[in-house]
Amino acid sequence: MAQTPSPDNLVQSIDYTPPRKNWLDNVPPEFRLGNFSYPAKAGELESFFGYEGAKEWSPMDEDWQLPENWQEIIYEGFRERLEKYRSLKVFMDICVRCGACADKCHYFIGSGDPKNMPVLRAELLRSIYRKDFTTVGKILGRLNGGRALTQDVLKEWFMYFYQCTECRRCSLFCPYGIDTAEITMMARELMNLLGIQTNWIMGPVTNCFNVGNHLGIPPHTFKDIVDFMVDDIEDITGKRIEVPLNKKGADILFVTPSGDYFADPGTYTFMGYLMLFHELGLDYTMSTYAAEGGNFGLFTSQEAMKRLNAKIYAEAERLGVNWILGGECGHMWRVLHQYMDTMNGPADFLSVPRNPITGTVFHNAKSTGMVHITEFTADLIKNNVLTLDPSRNDNKVVTYHDSCNPSRGMGLLEEPRYVLNNVCNQFFEMPEQTIREQTFCCGSGAGLNNDEFTEMRMRGGMPRANAVKHVHDKHGVNMLSCVCAIDRAALPPLMNYWVPGVDVTGVHELVANALVMRGEKERETDLRGEPLPGKED
Amino acid sequence: MNALYALIMVLALVIIPLLGAGAAGWHALFGVVLPYLAFTVFVLGFLYRVVKWGRSPVPFKIPTTGGQQESLPWIRQNRIDSPSTKTGTVIRMILEVLLFRSLFRNTRVRLFKDETQLSYGSSKFLWLGALAFHVSFFVILARHMRFFTEPVPALFNWIETLDGIMQVGVPVLFATEIVILLALAYLFLRRVLVPQLRYISLPTDYFALFLLFAIVISGILMRYFVRADIVDIKTLTMGLIQLQPEVPESIGALFYTHLFLVCSLLVYFPWSKLMHLGGVFLSPTRNMPNDNRMRRHVNPWNYPVKLHTYEEWEDEYRDKMKEAGIPVEKE
Repeated sequence: MAQTPSPDNLVQSIDYTPPRKNWLDNVPPEFRLGNFSYPAKAGELESFFGYEGAKEWSPMDEDWQLPENWQEIIYEGFRERLEKYRSLKVFMDICVRCGACADKCHYFIGSGDPKNMPVLRAELLRSIYRKDFTTVGKILGRLNGGRALTQDVLKEWFMYFYQCTECRRCSLFCPYGIDTAEITMMARELMNLLGIQTNWIMGPVTNCFNVGNHLGIPPHTFKDIVDFMVDDIEDITGKRIEVPLNKKGADILFVTPSGDYFADPGTYTFMGYLMLFHELGLDYTMSTYAAEGGNFGLFTSQEAMKRLNAKIYAEAERLGVNWILGGECGHMWRVLHQYMDTMNGPADFLSVPRNPITGTVFHNAKSTGMVHITEFTADLIKNNVLTLDPSRNDNKVVTYHDSCNPSRGMGLLEEPRYVLNNVCNQFFEMPEQTIREQTFCCGSGAGLNNDEFTEMRMRGGMPRANAVKHVHDKHGVNMLSCVCAIDRAALPPLMNYWVPGVDVTGVHELVANALVMRGEKERETDLRGEPLPGKED
Repeated sequence: MNALYALIMVLALVIIPLLGAGAAGWHALFGVVLPYLAFTVFVLGFLYRVVKWGRSPVPFKIPTTGGQQESLPWIRQNRIDSPSTKTGTVIRMILEVLLFRSLFRNTRVRLFKDETQLSYGSSKFLWLGALAFHVSFFVILARHMRFFTEPVPALFNWIETLDGIMQVGVPVLFATEIVILLALAYLFLRRVLVPQLRYISLPTDYFALFLLFAIVISGILMRYFVRADIVDIKTLTMGLIQLQPEVPESIGALFYTHLFLVCSLLVYFPWSKLMHLGGVFLSPTRNMPNDNRMRRHVNPWNYPVKLHTYEEWEDEYRDKMKEAGIPVEKE
């Protein structure tokens, strides 16, 4: 593992001056430990995609041992996608290189590498498109910004399309709405055709397909984990709760990312959901087959995304539920909100979601049949059906990190804030250019949350961390809340690196801390086993 | 270097009519044949490109949401930046196309290394420069409509009066002429002076700017310095529009240069980034409503994929599940 530089050294190393040499003169990118993700295992490419001829290789190899006809494969794949996606075709053609996107990318801000400017990231693909797919490009060649597809170009693609978290911040500022996420997805699909993929994405994809979740937790182990949490909840609240699994005929299927039941601090959020559902007497079930809300297929190809996502509707239909409730996760909600219904719908076996406690009908989810947990909880709080004691969170000074996908691919901004403001007394927003639709990525999205990529993650997470530091210094913020499982995995090391003294929590952990359950014992600690305010002795 | 290539190309485009229409006197070629040709290429090329884009489907509804979604009735939705209706989406598009709303959001980041502090300032210059250029361009285009209409509709007269409202000089100085020169100069200078922009700029980026510069300058020369005979020019332009071309002898080389540069722009337009004019209307992140969970979007090429069905999966885990007390389909 590479040594990650200290924060001071990292900041000093950022240089926004681009090199003198024209970027069209292919300079092979410099792969070094810390700036790339390890490649996928050959076996997983074979078992999931049926990909033949996969090899063990390293991006640091001089020769990537590409198939003989690899350029043809890329051209054919490119042509096919241009015909299938208007987005790709339009985005290849209309960029004027105005540069408005340049300093909107967290990886550019944190690295200074000009190829991390969204415009240039897209140009890595456009230069090939212009040369080989446009009339003028064929005539003018390099004058029109075209270049030949060589192995070095492919190396650049691997470097920079795996240094993009598909966060869409650049797309918000682009005068034509050019979405780098869309371009990165296409580039990753193209590389997939050559078996070029990363281990940290392919592993979860294979696990999710075969076992039921990214982490490969089989059903019986899932039950063990849940039982363990039920014990913890009993210790804290004195209440023994039931967690229905694979229950047919339940009203609601609850789906959440596996990160929530795998590691701290996600587990506390998971306990929060369970406590809330118990207190409401909700008729729900979880599934050990569709045991994953997240979808690393989104970072692989639309086909992979569809294959993984299909389980949710299939399971909802098998169990005969009326509607689906989804937990806190960022990219999961991009898939559920913008892709699921189109890919695997219509979900005509579901009803329009209706909160059985308040009677509220979620018209905004009438076709997809799936509601976000903060929409659900905000509705509960608004209707006064929960007894809340926000003072139990008084030792936490909270801020909120908008995850990229719920903010720019869904518009979920007020719901979590409404919940937070009702479950804790000390809440402070970060500067407006770093939240809501302008939010900065955690630096680890789109399948980049792996250890070998740590240096780039700390660079990419710098803008987010810097905004946290601002409210940490100004208001004493010590708790960073979020609605995303990747965030809950990625932000703790990021905070540790840039802003020590700030912890990370899901929104529903704070909800459960504040939730006064009927017949509970007097609580001494919060869900983490830390003493509640006033019980410190 | 890239700017130099572009400059040479535009200079070549200036020299061609000076030699062809000026020295050689091929007025019919430069006054009639090339304009017809250029106009045809522009119209057909533009349509070709738009149709080509349009033939690729939009498989997924992928708006970039710039504000609060429609959810619970008591949560205030941002109906423009996160529209859930057709009307909202149309308003979003109008603001985008006419007022460059996304560019208006522009910020500039600064890193203070010693304090490890990032700051974000509002940065409206690009928005202002871009808007100034485009508005001036369209006003100038509207003013030129007087060459293609008889009688000239009131609208074009009003625009002209408004444009000359400063009442400076004889003939009256048009504000747009100054503005467009300043805007083009700004757009050019930022490309050359901002290191990141210089790095991403291609010869074609400079070419478009230089070509526009050349068109504006030749136009200004004709109006204020080397006066052209408006009556003769209108005879030519009206002849073109009425498909009865007539080439008055007195028209000078400067006019043909201006016209040839415009023709070059028309021919170049459909094959270049200037097609953002058409493309912006087709951008799926802007022209689609954020009503994804309300109304299902259909992907025309959606196809069945290989799944791991529940039945297969239960077969693999049935024993363990039964042992753990998890319900199964087949005992």
